[in-house]
Amino acid sequence: MIRVQTQDFDVGAELEQLAAGNHQVGGIASFIGLVRDIAPPGSGASSSMTLEHYPGMTEKRLAEIEAEAHRRWPLVSSLIIHRYGRLAPGDRIVLVATASSHREAALESCAFLIDWLKTEAPFWKLEEGPKGAHWVEAKTSDDARKTAWKK
Amino acid sequence: MKLLYFAWLRQKIGKAEENLDVPDHVTEVGHLLDWLESLGPNYATALKERRAVKVAVNQDYVGLTHPVKAGDEVALFPPVTGG
Repeated sequence: MIRVQTQDFDVGAELEQLAAGNHQVGGIASFIGLVRDIAPPGSGASSSMTLEHYPGMTEKRLAEIEAEAHRRWPLVSSLIIHRYGRLAPGDRIVLVATASSHREAALESCAFLIDWLKTEAPFWKLEEGPKGAHWVEAKTSDDARKTAWKK
Repeated sequence: MKLLYFAWLRQKIGKAEENLDVPDHVTEVGHLLDWLESLGPNYATALKERRAVKVAVNQDYVGLTHPVKAGDEVALFPPVTGG
């Protein structure tokens, strides 16, 4: 399931829901991405992050990435929640969770989903800190992690 | 043709979207970027660093030789940074 939203989510409730009533699930893996504070610790300064996205294409790409995970691993269910809008340090940005009969499929597919999401889903982060606002640059290490999943 | 701009491309061009009648010779993504650059200094500045400009046609990632036509939704944006 894919959800792109401004509001926060309850990790416990979402993970509970992923396996609810399905006793084929033997394990759930999850990744939660949080907003890091870019202001120096103890500086008293504050920072924030604004996430922009491409409505329509975001949901389409996420659904394609999720379908690819289901092709590669025997998953019972999966969930991707990604927030957009203005967020503060410590806020949750993203939840990726996968449920399978066995742990390898759950753990591997969860890592696959977040690696692919980072290079494929049309989101952009604007960081605002004590030195002003700047767009976060894409990392080549993220591209390398995505490429490593190619087969 | 519907053009969409995101992140710093939106800021540099100065708008989030617009509908443009593109000339007949603009049949590929590469031609479209060249033609957009000629529309004004804001476009030229935004599109100067071509390697930093990603393109989606009808919500799919495409390369510079991908065809474009009237009625397409074409989005220009920097490399993505979600997650």
